[in-house]
Amino acid sequence: MKIVVTVKLVPDANTEKRIDPATKRLVRAGVETVLNPFDEYAIEAALQLKERLAAAPGSAEPATVTVFSMAPESAREVLRKALAMGADDAVLLCDAGLQGSDVWATAYAVAAALKKVGFDLVVTGGLADDGNTGGVPGALAEYLGVPGLTNARAIEVADGKLKVQRETDTGYQVVTGPMPALVSVTMAIGEPRYASLKGIMGAKKKTITTISLAELGLDRAVGSDGAKTEVRELAAPPVRGKGRVVEASDGAQGAQVIFDYLKEKKLV
Amino acid sequence: MTATERERVAAPHPTDFLNVDALLSDEERLVRDTVRAFVRKRVLPNVARWFEEGILPLELSRELGELGLLGMHLEGYGCPGASAVAYGLACMELEAGDTGVRSFASVQGSLAMFAIHHWGSEEQKREWLPRMARGEAIGCFGLTEADFGSNPAGMRTSARRDGDDWVLNGTKMWITNGGIADVAVVWARSDDGIRGFVVPTATKGFSTAKIEHKLSLRASVTSELLLSDCRLPGSAVFPEVRGLRGPLACLSEARYGIVWGVMGSARACYEAALDYAKHRVQFDRPIAGYQLTQEKLVNMLLELNKGTLLALHIGRMKDEGRAHPAHVSFGKLNNVREALAIAREARTILGANGVTLEYPVIRHMNNLESVLTYEGTSEVHTLILGQSITGLAAFS
Repeated sequence: MKIVVTVKLVPDANTEKRIDPATKRLVRAGVETVLNPFDEYAIEAALQLKERLAAAPGSAEPATVTVFSMAPESAREVLRKALAMGADDAVLLCDAGLQGSDVWATAYAVAAALKKVGFDLVVTGGLADDGNTGGVPGALAEYLGVPGLTNARAIEVADGKLKVQRETDTGYQVVTGPMPALVSVTMAIGEPRYASLKGIMGAKKKTITTISLAELGLDRAVGSDGAKTEVRELAAPPVRGKGRVVEASDGAQGAQVIFDYLKEKKLV
Repeated sequence: MTATERERVAAPHPTDFLNVDALLSDEERLVRDTVRAFVRKRVLPNVARWFEEGILPLELSRELGELGLLGMHLEGYGCPGASAVAYGLACMELEAGDTGVRSFASVQGSLAMFAIHHWGSEEQKREWLPRMARGEAIGCFGLTEADFGSNPAGMRTSARRDGDDWVLNGTKMWITNGGIADVAVVWARSDDGIRGFVVPTATKGFSTAKIEHKLSLRASVTSELLLSDCRLPGSAVFPEVRGLRGPLACLSEARYGIVWGVMGSARACYEAALDYAKHRVQFDRPIAGYQLTQEKLVNMLLELNKGTLLALHIGRMKDEGRAHPAHVSFGKLNNVREALAIAREARTILGANGVTLEYPVIRHMNNLESVLTYEGTSEVHTLILGQSITGLAAFS
């Protein structure tokens, strides 16, 4: 069984970011690029599944985990981290013509690449920490022509069928489906593992294959030419006010003041 | 530099000002990131309490083992065989958490495991190293005695041959991990010079006593090792090595880790001070805006970056097989001295908050007082360097 995890590179959320007023793009200089934190959960989900399948009695051929990213050449370092966590190999779709791809163009190009790579199951994170659209998993499933089971908090594979717990606002649904399929996961899937030292050293020997746009033979334009959306304006979020400090003689009185306030706002 | 060039070059990072990061390989950065993430999640939220209560949770040993950080620079026997630089980076990140945690890993990997790996018989290596690498067995290293610190050659602990067996008697002092160890590497005087022994701590005649009332390295177990007619089979001795070069080879390894480790402590103190100075308002503006505070911060920044570069330089020399023990003394002397100065300076910026465990500064500052004298006092390292450049030994 071949599991492919799609991952994205994003600017580190812990660093201060600036927007270039002229290009309306993020100033990348001095901002470290990291593996999208939500994608770490997707890698964890895939590795857990692989381990469970290996441990299951009478399991057929072993599962493999391939990490896939559409990114510049500099993504190799980040892909190494995924390999160090335990993925078997990696594929990098890398082409200058992909620059400026929006959700549609990304899903279209990635779907073509994944068809070429081959898969039984695609696992994705719920959204990316930079764009925050959360639109790619659904669109990707559509272009792959496979069921898209989103917001999974648990994944099971038995007898070639998929069983997923889908997180909802009030609880979770149990959904089953055939494979191949795409599953996007939430953070409830389990804390991503650390890359151990042996994993890091072993990652050196694993392969990262690069594919270019020309190899995909797409019939529609991608990158900024094919994007269906355009960023018109970027702005920093408004600076938050200082908030209100409640002064109270004791905890009970303070709690009462906060309770009254929440009640007034109809929040409790 | 033209105006456009200035725009293109990224502004220096407030901590890694010289961009030492760019001198590391992808793999080295991954090691650093892994250990940093572990420390951020596992150590930093808990370490103030560990320090206050004077404990180091035992389960940390297996967690460090799972990450592959115990004996990480050794090869074979379940050890990953990482480079000296990768090992140094791990020490730096662990010590940015707490010196006690780094000391645990140093003693396990660079003293106990290194000694067995370097001097042990095949049987000793197979018996102990894989379990120690996984953190299932904890090791300690018994060299220092109450009256013989800088002068280990004077040690009184004795090893007497009795048929095929060895019988050990004596007391070792200030032994990190002593009370929690499963195995002790003990150095003792025999008719045949100083010999090293692998002593399972369950052996009859071996016991430990906890050293209490420390105001430094509180998140670390320090013990006395008591050997009273402790009888060991002939296979317990390190087969080849005799004399002080046995333990000294191990010390040089552990000292190397300290060159990096203390820059982790220094970084934690500097970052705490910088952050505090930017937010602490006095006379209607942040104290970071005052010249005296800026001078302190800048002095800290200079020594932190220089010390880190020095650690990396010695690490690269070590990986190329060009590092002399005197180079390690150079690094330990300089970096511990500067880390302590940085911690003390940071303390002043934090004012009264600088003496509470709510901030990391006083904890690091107190820990560094131990680091100043363990693994060779600064005086001894000064004299090693003095001898190296003059050819004259001022001690012996």
